[in-house]
Amino acid sequence: MAAYVQEIGALTMRWVRRLSREKFSMVFTLVQPMLFWLIFFGNLFQRAADAQVVQAPNYISFLAAGVVVMTVLNNGLAGGVDLLFDKENGFLERLLSTPIHRTSVVLSRFLFVMTITCLQILVILGVAALFGVRPATGLLGVAVILFIGMLFGVGLTAISMAIAFSVKSHGDFFSVLGFLSLPLIFLSSALVPLSAMPAWMSVLARFNPMTWAIDAIRPLILSGWAEALPRIGMVVVIMAVFDAFCLYGSARAFRRTIG
Amino acid sequence: MEVIGRTVAIEASGLGKVYDGVTAIDGLSFQVFAGEIFGLLGPNGAGKSTTLRILITIVRPDAGHATVLGHDVVREADRVRHLIGYVPQERAIDRFLTGREHLLLLGDLYHLPKSETRKRIAEILRLVDLEEQADRPARTYSGGMKRKLDLACGLLPNPKILFLDEPTLGLDVQSRLRIWDYVRRLRERGITIVMTTNYLDEADRLCDRLAIIDGGRIKALGSPNELKAGLGGDIISLTVGASETACVDRLASELKGLPFVRAISTKQNGLDIRVESPEKALPVVLEAANRAACRLEFIDYHRPRLDDVFVALTGHAIREEFPKTDE
Repeated sequence: MAAYVQEIGALTMRWVRRLSREKFSMVFTLVQPMLFWLIFFGNLFQRAADAQVVQAPNYISFLAAGVVVMTVLNNGLAGGVDLLFDKENGFLERLLSTPIHRTSVVLSRFLFVMTITCLQILVILGVAALFGVRPATGLLGVAVILFIGMLFGVGLTAISMAIAFSVKSHGDFFSVLGFLSLPLIFLSSALVPLSAMPAWMSVLARFNPMTWAIDAIRPLILSGWAEALPRIGMVVVIMAVFDAFCLYGSARAFRRTIG
Repeated sequence: MEVIGRTVAIEASGLGKVYDGVTAIDGLSFQVFAGEIFGLLGPNGAGKSTTLRILITIVRPDAGHATVLGHDVVREADRVRHLIGYVPQERAIDRFLTGREHLLLLGDLYHLPKSETRKRIAEILRLVDLEEQADRPARTYSGGMKRKLDLACGLLPNPKILFLDEPTLGLDVQSRLRIWDYVRRLRERGITIVMTTNYLDEADRLCDRLAIIDGGRIKALGSPNELKAGLGGDIISLTVGASETACVDRLASELKGLPFVRAISTKQNGLDIRVESPEKALPVVLEAANRAACRLEFIDYHRPRLDDVFVALTGHAIREEFPKTDE
């Protein structure tokens, strides 16, 4: 057990160290492009979005939940790319020739991606607060938001790793990624509530786990526990299924690479 | 050279591996003795790296089995990993980490206490002569320095056996010689070395014993000298003028069946003749050239070299795209 902790600690620190070596990239990781969505998109649509339709005092407070989950989506889907680079340049092989538990490499990546994602969510909620958006459920609500983000993030990172282990080159990886992320955002309740969507889109959006995460986080920000609790129960069940599915696929891809 | 009763460090028997329906290796069996430099020599795609990857436990064989210091590479993979060091073919280096950080990371992966890791790092950096650059990010390293760091990483676990995949691929002459020097020094310290290479001179000068691999099979096994002696006879190389390549085949048929001539292999502009005793064969060969009306441009006579062995065993040169070079 002590050995397991030692190796996971060291592998996780490697990711942290890499990030800290690239000062630019570190700043841009924390102050990420997702903030532009909140700041510009949120304010841009202030008058275009009907408060009756979005069921929120203003558009930016409606959008906050969506931007939080979009951050989780982007981080999760990109989470596997460093493992792909490791696979391509042989570093992964070097790691696997050492007496580490086979899961340590993957687990260290999860830990790192989840930590960064949490920090980014906190930055987003902080910026939202500057525009007057305060979570109705307080600090405990923020903790639950992070928890839901992690639940979704684990599955996404697993998908990303599965793609990383399966594709032939990182060119393929980025095309698959680019193909996935926009439809997932538009076919969710991130920008517009389901009730305001064209019927066919709202049907599709219901199958998008992202929608369920957003619909659980939104009342935590906008209204309060009464509305949020049943949705949190719902999202936990859905994410458990989603994560189990993704982790299974990722484990298979990982074993194929190593086997 | 051969001592009876040498300790067997690695035993491979009947190893086979198929990737997506393509056979990478097919029934490889060999032994590596403790304390020797053992080479897997062959062209790209011959199956050397697959064999190496099986021995270091990161690829499972589809057939056969192998033991490293008595431990099965599949069932006791974890035990094996504790005993070996690995230097991959690619520059498997994280450009953002410093050399020292690479070694510290590996120390944790081998579950060493920090103090022990530090002690080993100091010693290894001195050995590979990388002390001054140890705290610079690896992206500032030259090719030779990266190779040294690779080697240092392989040595950190204090391995009984060190596996090197194409250790001097793409290095300049000076760095190559230096790597050879390190490898010999490691053997002196009692470390068994297993390396792949597609350089004939490297195999010849560095390895104690060799397995020549081609098309996923072992073609020959032995020390470079044994392999050369096993070929039998010396080599007479004839080169004809550029305008007379047509007479090569004529000359070959003249030579066929002559006494002293063991084997003939034709090249584009000449032929290699393996003969029993050159002093008797040479006049006969020259006479034949006369009869075939071949104007010879160059005659060379030499003891068999490893490239002759390779061609004789596999029917082709190790790198088809280049003319054969020795040194």
